[in-house]
Amino acid sequence: MIGIVSYAAYLPRFRLNRMKIFSAMGWLNPALIMNAAGDKAVANFDEDAVTMAAAAGKRCLQGFMPDELGAVYLATTTAPYKERQCANIVAGALGAPEEIRSADFGGALKAGTSALLAALEWSAANSGRPALVCAADCRLGKMGSLQEMVFGDGAAALLVGGNKPIALFKGSYSLSYDFVDQYRGAATLYNRQWEERWIRDVGFEQFIPEVVNGLCRRFGLKPSDFARVIYPCYYGAARRNINKKLGLDPAQVEDDLLQECGDTGTAHPLLMFTRALEEASPGDKLLLVSYGSGCDALYFEATPEIEKFSRRKRFSDTLSRRTELDNYSKYLAWRRIAPVELGLRGEEDQVTRWSMAWRSRKAILGLQGSRCRECGTQQYPPQRVCVNPDCGAVDQMEPVNLSDKGGKIVSYTSDMLAATINPPAIYGNVDFNGGGRAMFEFTDCTLDDLRVGKPVEFSFRIKYYDPRRDITFYFWKAVPVSEEVS
Amino acid sequence: MASGIRDKVAILGMGCTVFGEHWNLDSSDLLIEAFRECIADAGIDKKDIQAAWIGNHIDEVNIGKGGCYLASTLHLPFIPVTRVENFCASGTEAFRGACYAVASGAYDIALAVGVEKLKDVGYGGLPDSPIFGQLSRMISPNATAPGLFAQLATAYSAKYGVPMEKIKEAITHISWKSHQNGAKNPRAHLRKAVSEEQISSSPIVAYPLGLFDCCGVSDGAAMAIVTTPEIARRVKPNQELVLVKALQIAVSSGEEALYHRWDGAGIITTRLAAQRAYEEAGITNPREEIDLMEVHDCFSITEMVTMEDLGISVPGRAPDDILSGFYDLDGELPCQTDGGLKCFGHPIGASGLRMIYEIYNQLLQRWPEDRLVKNARLGLTHNLGGVPHQNVCSIAILGVQ
Repeated sequence: MIGIVSYAAYLPRFRLNRMKIFSAMGWLNPALIMNAAGDKAVANFDEDAVTMAAAAGKRCLQGFMPDELGAVYLATTTAPYKERQCANIVAGALGAPEEIRSADFGGALKAGTSALLAALEWSAANSGRPALVCAADCRLGKMGSLQEMVFGDGAAALLVGGNKPIALFKGSYSLSYDFVDQYRGAATLYNRQWEERWIRDVGFEQFIPEVVNGLCRRFGLKPSDFARVIYPCYYGAARRNINKKLGLDPAQVEDDLLQECGDTGTAHPLLMFTRALEEASPGDKLLLVSYGSGCDALYFEATPEIEKFSRRKRFSDTLSRRTELDNYSKYLAWRRIAPVELGLRGEEDQVTRWSMAWRSRKAILGLQGSRCRECGTQQYPPQRVCVNPDCGAVDQMEPVNLSDKGGKIVSYTSDMLAATINPPAIYGNVDFNGGGRAMFEFTDCTLDDLRVGKPVEFSFRIKYYDPRRDITFYFWKAVPVSEEVS
Repeated sequence: MASGIRDKVAILGMGCTVFGEHWNLDSSDLLIEAFRECIADAGIDKKDIQAAWIGNHIDEVNIGKGGCYLASTLHLPFIPVTRVENFCASGTEAFRGACYAVASGAYDIALAVGVEKLKDVGYGGLPDSPIFGQLSRMISPNATAPGLFAQLATAYSAKYGVPMEKIKEAITHISWKSHQNGAKNPRAHLRKAVSEEQISSSPIVAYPLGLFDCCGVSDGAAMAIVTTPEIARRVKPNQELVLVKALQIAVSSGEEALYHRWDGAGIITTRLAAQRAYEEAGITNPREEIDLMEVHDCFSITEMVTMEDLGISVPGRAPDDILSGFYDLDGELPCQTDGGLKCFGHPIGASGLRMIYEIYNQLLQRWPEDRLVKNARLGLTHNLGGVPHQNVCSIAILGVQ
């Protein structure tokens, strides 16, 4: 049987208290106060849907071999490229083999569950080979909009396959409607929506009961048979009505996480699902429902393996790893909503040499270095002549994945001269655990978090954005480890 | 067995412009100004110059590539002209080309030129260019020179257990001393003494370096005409000869950047270039034998670790020597007697020859009393190009017989 083998959630470290948005924008739209409670999770200046998906995927694969993956799917409506497959960027960051099935899913907020269904079906058709689904979104509302308040940034990842699943996939039911409650045109940055009362009354309150009832009919179940029902809907009144219509006890229903992080788009049902998996017991029936251009409903049943799964608290961990973002205008600059002056230094043109990036793709995307077969020295970027002055062997290298090695700080600084939308630029030399050295930018930290000898882990981030050619380029940064993150 | 070029080459003449923000001068103007002084000092004609080398780093914003700009500016009569680039060692590299040409016997008289015009870049600091190639841009941090050199301080503090506060005190004294010296020098860009308090409280550019820990950015040119000692004696029978005692370059092997052995608290290339230079010059105790130095104080912290890398201060003790005044103008081993990069700014290609110009004139005892190192016989110049973990170091030692 095919099912969920591993899971992980990723919320960016920064949380913007919604009152900060209201304080800045309440003058424009006083009704924002109705939604001004709780936190909006905000991607760091060097994060987007691709990096958050990679972060969730990396944690999801802990304890598993990336080279066993047979498929990598990415679901997002905020892909940085319309043409260039972002799933391949994520797969590269995770060190997945290149002989895999890969696909981007988008267009609808239910794309997260569409990708999950595709992965489950792919794995079932391929003798239970593992397939990874990552979903992430980083959606924008205009300044002072309801969407700006409600949306949050985040990601979730699910590894599916046939080897000791912690939750078996029992079946699904789908609805597909061209119901245009929210949309973004191809040339538009900001989400638009139709009247809220219509979204609530016709959208959520009709479609979610319809898909749940459809699934129950198909499998001879009642909604009350499920230990946990997971569906996204940030209208409190609509949630109450949906629960009532389906005869659900609110205690059965997974929280919508609006207060904790906001609506994370395609990732959201999967993110809520990771929280449900943290708490699930063997035998629990779980119903995962998505919403947006229709609905998917997926029926799972937890197995005894779930109790043996060693890293269960993957939602709680990412939720508790948080730093208050005390500055609304910083959020605007990070998301490029408001242009900021970087000076001429920040305008120096840099052409991305794609043919060069292709040759070094494993080094760039996967942080793959080389290890000398003669002396064992790790080196990055990969060398052909061993850098160890006592060795110097030529062409005796084997590849080594450094992204999961971690390392420790050798030297550091914080630089006010470097052009960045998040000054100061913080960087320094890092020794990889197991040998070898490279200089990295530090992220998710301040100067005060750094000292020589402090351990770091590596995180896949935006290296630079070229506004002239609309290129988002990715590489790895170092994050000081202050607490144990599973 | 190669024995180097000690005493095989003499400096016949030198020239150096005022360094500064020359908004009204082109690179060609700077070259002509330095050349006029240089050729007059050498006491020869332009047609006597048989070959020339020009050191220059940021070719995009001033002279372009190749040797044509220099030849066309001075209208050199179809002699060989070579443009060399080796980061901040470019000026010394040009000098090396000219000296080796003379020492080899290929030419009798050669010209070494350094020039850089940085003030057409449009913003402060050095221009942001992919100095280590395009792959490096994809995988290396969005870094600047101050941030890369600043890391010497955090690594030094960790290695020797010297508190950051004491390092700040020592590097503050370094900048204070250079401003004291630069204030007396009509060719310097920044000619103002500043208080230690002003230095240490200046805004942070890259932790722990403040604005006054960073050298300025300026325009300038400097040059030398070199020849054999025999010709020099003939041309200048009444003047002491300034001879090249040693000329060494060391370039990072990649070990510092990629291998985990380097401590980050000093510069490997400087140590090696210094050892080789002392050997070439026959120096066994540099702390006692050298009379003055011009080192690459792109940042005050660079000067601090250089004092150890050159074998002058004991490792871990440079801050003590610095704070005791050992390197002040009236100290045991005056350093940056002209004000250094701190006060001259750093027009990259010109800096090496500007340092040689200072040593040359000190050895000939040409400077006024208030900034003269009396009876100086042996002087050292040092350039460090690139960044601490990937760099080119050049050392020149000059002496009078």
